[in-house]
Amino acid sequence: MTTAVAERQYELVYILPPDTTETQAGELHEQIAGVVSRMHGVIEKTENWGRKKLAYDIGHYKEGVYVLEVINGGGELMKELDRRLKVIDQVVRHMIVRVDEEKKVVERTRSKRQSESERRRVKRGLPPQRQPGEARSMEQDDADDERFDGGEV
Amino acid sequence: MPFGQKRTGGGRGKKKNDKKGGDKAQGQRRTLFRRRKVCKFCADKIDDINYKDVKLIGPFVPERGKILPRRISGTCAMHQRKLQTAIKRARQIALIPYVTD
Repeated sequence: MTTAVAERQYELVYILPPDTTETQAGELHEQIAGVVSRMHGVIEKTENWGRKKLAYDIGHYKEGVYVLEVINGGGELMKELDRRLKVIDQVVRHMIVRVDEEKKVVERTRSKRQSESERRRVKRGLPPQRQPGEARSMEQDDADDERFDGGEV
Repeated sequence: MPFGQKRTGGGRGKKKNDKKGGDKAQGQRRTLFRRRKVCKFCADKIDDINYKDVKLIGPFVPERGKILPRRISGTCAMHQRKLQTAIKRARQIALIPYVTD
């Protein structure tokens, strides 16, 4: 049974103990995948960040294996997943974040800016896209704090 | 007050040039440079402040582990808000410390 609710996208990050083997991580992933598919969700992407140092100790762990899963599915699915992850001892910590709405906003602002700059460039009689040899490089990364207040009153 | 009478302006706009002792600054050259603070995210056109991106968030979390206030970093209100949620999320999954001492 598929509900009419629009698909949502979530990100699930979980941390496993540092001594977890590949196969153990794979098993857990299978387990999650099972729940997801049973509740009509789709795993869009899985990323293993590998072993990382934790910013603070969790339990007695100082390191952990981070795994990220991007899941498309409903809220019920994530509720179930959250419940299960809480139960599984192997998972040191997990977090679920809904991302689809933010993604949409980001997309919108980006496209807005793009079209706006194109419009302005056309108005100035330039081609809509920036040419490779054009001035104003983007190498201001470190300089952003060093700008002085000029003759502005 | 009858309508025909001339209206004097209210309090608004009366003190136009008492902003930071205007003529004093003109008279003697200011030795102190005031840096104009620019919102990093506006300047670099970063739309997405993501909790996974520790490199991006890092500079806004000084050693102590507290979030750098807007008055110091110069971040605009909107981006500070987004930064805040990103930092809090990153803390939850131990990418950034809650406190360090």
